[in-house]
Amino acid sequence: MKPDQIPAKFLRQEISGFPELGELEVLRHFTCLSQRNYAIERQFYPLGSCTMKYNPRLNEVVARLPGLAQLHPLAPPALIQGALQLLYELQNMLAEISGMDSVTLQPAAGAQGELTGLMIIRAYLGKKGNPRRKVIVPDTAHGTNPASSTLCGYEVVQIGSNDRGMIEPSRLEPLMSEDVAALMITNPNTLGIFDENIQTVAEVVHAKGGLVYLDGANMNALLGIAKPGDMGVDVLHINLHKTFSTPHGGGGPGAGPVAVKAVHSDFLPVPRIGKTSAGFHLDENFPCSVGRVRSFFGNFGILVRAYAYILSLGSDGLEDVSQMALLNANYLRKRLEDHFHLAYAEPCMHECVFTDRLQQKYGVHTLDIAKRLLDYGFHPPTVYFPLVVSGALMIEPTETESRETLDAFADAMIAIAAEAKENPELVKNAPHSTPVKRLDEARAARRPVLRWERTQNQSDREPQRVKL
Amino acid sequence: MRYTPHTDADRQRMLRTIGRSSVEEVFGHIPKALRERAKIDLPQGLSEVQVKKKMAALAAQNATPEQWSLFLGGGIYHHFIPSTVDAVISRGEFSTSYTPYQPEVSQGTLQAIYEFQTLWCQVTGMDVANAGLYDGGSAAAEAVLMARRVQEGRQRVLLSRALHPQYRSVVATYLRNLKDVELGDIPFNAAGATDGESLAREVDDKTICVVVGYPNFFGVIEDLEPIREACSRHGALLATVTTEALSLGLLRPPGEWGADIAVGEGQSLGVPMSLGGPGYGFFACRKRFLRAMPGRLVGETVDNDGRRGFVLTLSTREQHIRREKATSNICTNQNLCGLASTVFMAALGKTGIRRLAEINVALAHEAYDRLVREARLAPLFSGPFFNEFTLKAKDLDRRLVQLRADKLVPGIPLNAWYPELHDSLLVCVTEMNETEEIDHLVKALARE
Repeated sequence: MKPDQIPAKFLRQEISGFPELGELEVLRHFTCLSQRNYAIERQFYPLGSCTMKYNPRLNEVVARLPGLAQLHPLAPPALIQGALQLLYELQNMLAEISGMDSVTLQPAAGAQGELTGLMIIRAYLGKKGNPRRKVIVPDTAHGTNPASSTLCGYEVVQIGSNDRGMIEPSRLEPLMSEDVAALMITNPNTLGIFDENIQTVAEVVHAKGGLVYLDGANMNALLGIAKPGDMGVDVLHINLHKTFSTPHGGGGPGAGPVAVKAVHSDFLPVPRIGKTSAGFHLDENFPCSVGRVRSFFGNFGILVRAYAYILSLGSDGLEDVSQMALLNANYLRKRLEDHFHLAYAEPCMHECVFTDRLQQKYGVHTLDIAKRLLDYGFHPPTVYFPLVVSGALMIEPTETESRETLDAFADAMIAIAAEAKENPELVKNAPHSTPVKRLDEARAARRPVLRWERTQNQSDREPQRVKL
Repeated sequence: MRYTPHTDADRQRMLRTIGRSSVEEVFGHIPKALRERAKIDLPQGLSEVQVKKKMAALAAQNATPEQWSLFLGGGIYHHFIPSTVDAVISRGEFSTSYTPYQPEVSQGTLQAIYEFQTLWCQVTGMDVANAGLYDGGSAAAEAVLMARRVQEGRQRVLLSRALHPQYRSVVATYLRNLKDVELGDIPFNAAGATDGESLAREVDDKTICVVVGYPNFFGVIEDLEPIREACSRHGALLATVTTEALSLGLLRPPGEWGADIAVGEGQSLGVPMSLGGPGYGFFACRKRFLRAMPGRLVGETVDNDGRRGFVLTLSTREQHIRREKATSNICTNQNLCGLASTVFMAALGKTGIRRLAEINVALAHEAYDRLVREARLAPLFSGPFFNEFTLKAKDLDRRLVQLRADKLVPGIPLNAWYPELHDSLLVCVTEMNETEEIDHLVKALARE
């Protein structure tokens, strides 16, 4: 670079503190870090509502094809016809699977999908004259549901589930008014229970001109069993990193496509993909569109993986997914129900919720049980969620686990239940065999240290070692 | 292809345990009306070989840098990615692990995020950085939302018109449904930079923040000094948005200009273009905004044995704790993409990142000089640039279609977003454009 190409006032000093490492050092550093992680490819993750199924390696291979990975989004559409075809077909697949009419693949995550879906609802109602002010959210809902509602300018009204874990139409009726834009539901809900009132509930909402939004986090229970589009759902999002096997990556990236009934299609984000005999093109001409929620097309690399997954499984494989997911969850429930308190007696679908009620008398709580499971080589279930269940342990095995794995997990849980009684201290001080023990989270919040900084007596050559 | 490992014997045994005679009985309680219509009308599953064939056929219909000469920037950049990056992110321990809510078994992910946060503070010259947001566009939106939270009583947000048009669109979408906030535009001048005079006129005591690209959509490196001054005079916050993250390997960081918030897109640093996603938004700011920040944060602490460790922290800002009162609804941090950048920054390091940036500047400026001299194209804007610049080219639409016969895409026409800028091209040159390609570009554009 020549000195006059960029004026000096725009140039920086070298980046102080930046790494200066050989390639082998870099690789060793990250390899050693990786070995301190649990992962699906190492152990079982029965995390309720997360659907920690196998992330097929085939999908990783095809996503890395240069003709899919090395594409620029602003290339003229004529030069990315294969990509546009993939997106178009994926839209149709997801519409068919969910029983809806139109799909956007733009949202980068489930939460962004929720926001997009709520914006579509708001725009639709706004066009009819009144966007309304409130959204009803069940007490079992994922935290992103109320957070997304607020971001969309709605006030959140909570509805309590009944003692069967379902939404009672008679409890909904007084809350439902012409001031309520939507009811957000998850079905099956976060207790793993299919809400048998769903169609009645939808009617109560529709009768007052409101819409039903489905959080599709639990789609793994529904493939070939029930379609949200037939339940009275108007708008929904799907988590591709759950039901559709794209990897969790330690916290993303995922994708949250949104599917709507035809009457709401005009409000979908732009651009939309059109198909003619000449091929695929991009269409921005939708004046009622909610606009753009993310740059470019969304998380294309993730969409590619989901597309390959749906191709691999096909209709028969997808139906097998939910059937085996339900079988696995019900099997685990049976194996555990004599040792742990089951929160609800209702039939469960792909996940079930236990509590620590039977262990509390020994001073052992859900957190302790979770930490002790780490010593047995299992990631714990989802804990303390949903909020309606005190000390919740939400278990979702998914369909890709074998009976042997389920038995090993059940045996570990049963052993911990026995330890709670006979040796509670062992459980309360767990984990004992992980790379680090319980961490002081209070201290982390009280005195936040969110980055490394060189201290005065450190030289450039002093290695930063984490003590093992 | 199926990934369910159950044998028939397993199924029978499990059904016996739960007291059912068939799997259908397990969901027998689902209303019949729903079950009858639930059949999925898609083809049967394909084998691994068949899936690969189908994907390869789709891939073959797309233009890649291997077969085409592409000079495309506009928010996504084609850069070298060292082999170490994919070696790390394709490890199952990273790619198939969950969000690190159980820190004892997630120290790999957590420490990598801590390192990521550290590197972004260093790159941007800021005090604190989060673990990542969806992309540069939503990061810009979250910057505006945070500014709005901390600047109580103010209503106006000013966006430079030279900020990436898709990002401006995302910000508008995020703000549309919120009360007491309005968006205003600041035009750009003949140099292709945010117009200082207009800005000075528009900023007042009701301004929440001013948002500018750095470099901006035209590739121009903006002089942030007068913009900072205009903001300070009225207590408005300054947020910079960087779509070409590599530029910060060479350019004076937003923190040193006195910016309050620095956001942008991280894709340039180790993440494949992938038709624009996934990538991640980086978000860094001054420490006084810490508790108003969106997104995940990893902090250092100790365990029961006094060992150093890392945890997610300050979670009371986030959706899973605060629900409708959360600072954002975001749940993800696009972790694996962030990890790719962390490896990239470690692999290139202090000298490598600067050197790569300098190579980009040299190549882009050489191409620019040749296009102006030999292809006789007039520059559109006069501001200094990193690796992207703008040129005027007569009869652009027709020439672009013609040049496809040469497998050449010389840049992005600007009139789709700026109707007044017709026959104007945004050209990006990176280290991945070979000398022969640049020769080809110059010769092709020199033709009438």
